[in-house]
Amino acid sequence: MRKQWIGFSLMGAVLAALAAVFAQQPSVLFVSTQFTPIEEAQRMRQVILKDFSGRVEFIPEDNAPFTSRILSEARAGRVNVSLVGGLHGDFPPLIAAGAMDTVDDVMAQLKDRKFSPTFANLGKMGTGNQYYIPWMQATYIMVAHKQALQYLPAGANLNTLTYSQLKEWGANIQRATGKRLLGFPAGPRGLMHRFTQGYLYPSYTKSAVTKFRSDEAQRMWSEFKGLWQFVNPQSTTYDFMQEPLLSGEVWVAWDHIARLRDGLNQKPNDFVAFPAPIGPYGRGFMPVLAGLGIPKNAPNRAGAVALIEYLTRPEVQITTLVENGFFPVIQAKLPDNLPQGTRMAADAIARQAQSNVALPSLLPVGLGARGGEYNKVFQDTFARIVLRGEDIRRVLDSEAANLRRVMNDTKAPCWSPDPASEGPCPVN
Amino acid sequence: MRSERYIPYLLVLPSVIFLLFLFAWPLVEALLLSIRGSEGWTLEHFQRMAADLYFKDAVKYTVLLAVVVVPLQVILALCMAMLLGGISKGRDLFLYVWTIPLGISDLAAGIAWLAIFTERGYLNSFLQALGLIQEPRLWLSYETPAMLFLAVVAAEVWRATAIVLVILVAGLQLIPKEYNEAAEVFGATPWRRFWKVTLPLLMPSLQVALILRTILALEVFAVVVALGGRNLPVLAGEAYFWYNAYQNPGVAAAYSVLILGISVLATLLYLRLMRPRQEVAA
Repeated sequence: MRKQWIGFSLMGAVLAALAAVFAQQPSVLFVSTQFTPIEEAQRMRQVILKDFSGRVEFIPEDNAPFTSRILSEARAGRVNVSLVGGLHGDFPPLIAAGAMDTVDDVMAQLKDRKFSPTFANLGKMGTGNQYYIPWMQATYIMVAHKQALQYLPAGANLNTLTYSQLKEWGANIQRATGKRLLGFPAGPRGLMHRFTQGYLYPSYTKSAVTKFRSDEAQRMWSEFKGLWQFVNPQSTTYDFMQEPLLSGEVWVAWDHIARLRDGLNQKPNDFVAFPAPIGPYGRGFMPVLAGLGIPKNAPNRAGAVALIEYLTRPEVQITTLVENGFFPVIQAKLPDNLPQGTRMAADAIARQAQSNVALPSLLPVGLGARGGEYNKVFQDTFARIVLRGEDIRRVLDSEAANLRRVMNDTKAPCWSPDPASEGPCPVN
Repeated sequence: MRSERYIPYLLVLPSVIFLLFLFAWPLVEALLLSIRGSEGWTLEHFQRMAADLYFKDAVKYTVLLAVVVVPLQVILALCMAMLLGGISKGRDLFLYVWTIPLGISDLAAGIAWLAIFTERGYLNSFLQALGLIQEPRLWLSYETPAMLFLAVVAAEVWRATAIVLVILVAGLQLIPKEYNEAAEVFGATPWRRFWKVTLPLLMPSLQVALILRTILALEVFAVVVALGGRNLPVLAGEAYFWYNAYQNPGVAAAYSVLILGISVLATLLYLRLMRPRQEVAA
């Protein structure tokens, strides 16, 4: 009997000691709108965060629950989250509610990281203070099957392709093969609305909101409708373009690089990656920037700072690219053993961002949960004009009313490339 | 002795609490969500629903699918159940094989049929191998709504006929053999026996099957989304898009209230039309 008691008390002592050790090293609760797919979250936990010295609890959440969680924790005065990871557009509602701490001190510690100045500046959210540290970036590019290259219109260069040349290219392909082989992700979970918001509209109007129903926009839609004759009609079921590219249903496609990645990585010798086309105002494109911020009164600010330092290390940035397909935000030399497909995508992204016609536009800023309805305006406009053949002027006028309602309800000021506005971004 | 009177109530209590908690409460919440706006009571969500681009098509296709799919399934299941009745050896084997689709989730079923109908799918490969077509044909595009509709009908019939079959087989087993034997003795043909004996006695099971299938058909979603994306809008799909993609729970709730309304109406209609004879006489 006695021996048993001694055994129990020993065990209890060991457990208590263990608990004390763990208590000394509290974990960092890291909530992120990125890496929500289960495979990406697993790779984040098991590979990307593997070498971090502290303990991290990584929890990916969808945009709406993410925002309400951070806001309600701040409101209740009981903050559990120490580190927040989100897209540029996820931060404004948090900052507006005063839920985020400034991170100028962290930025000062990371001087040697060589962040892209544009990205570091975006992290200030138009204020004098740093609100997030750039974390990783992605964007949308074009990919073509090499078989399609022989039908490029005379004088056209993939790196300086215009929208009218893209149309001509599609026409040439159809003439030669009898098939419509351009493709867009216009399925229910596809990102077609990002194409109209960030590529088509800026290229033709240097705007997405203010000139939504302008004459330039009307001309743009009629030209795009012309281009759509050469688009595979199954596009309205495509969510990710890598599958139709791999199966050969489509030869030329536009999509988010994460949704083209499997195609490029599986058959790097069959495909080429290149920048988006150019319109009258230049090459509209949408860089997707994710950042890391720290909530006010975070329970483990030191741990969060250490984790930011870790995630922005060059080798971790490369691991993030290889594992989850987001590109570095610092000047990092890409290693030679990078998969060929990833290297091609990186090349295309660099060419897209660095040319003199580059016209970057941001993901919607300040719309919060109404971002969904903002997207719906563009999805419905596309469906009505291009798929249902309704009168362009009438559609633009009626959808402009919906766009105006979203802007007025959220009071969101204009974001790039629309010129800054006092009050809600106007739809002229 | 007195305590025994409460035992039945005690026994049903857990399930009643469960249903109240997981069905009635969300139902009330959804109702409230659909008629509550930022400034008190409103019909705004219903107005936005009705004005939406996909609303008319969603109503049209949902009703059309129910009207086409449900009778097809009942007739098919009735035939299959009668055939099963005629088999004595290996009957269970047929029953099991026929009910396999019951074990498959509707999204998986949709994806399986997508693999058949897609441009590089089995149907096109098959037709090409037979030399019937030279090039793969597009079956599921917004340019071929009729074919898309037929594909959804095929997938739905394949997927959900089994549930009707199971109900009808159970119903058939409940009919005492004596009735049929008596009719046979009086010289009724098999056809006449089916119409005058089997079918009337099967009415309660048919009613259950029809109500169940119609309600499920009005909620059709995953198969349609897998096969047609947004090209074939249906009510449940719209509710999903409004909740998930547009993040507007109010309009999504309005859609679900509409589905509820149509389901209740259809159920009342069945209950009225298929009332057993003796009740009418009484």
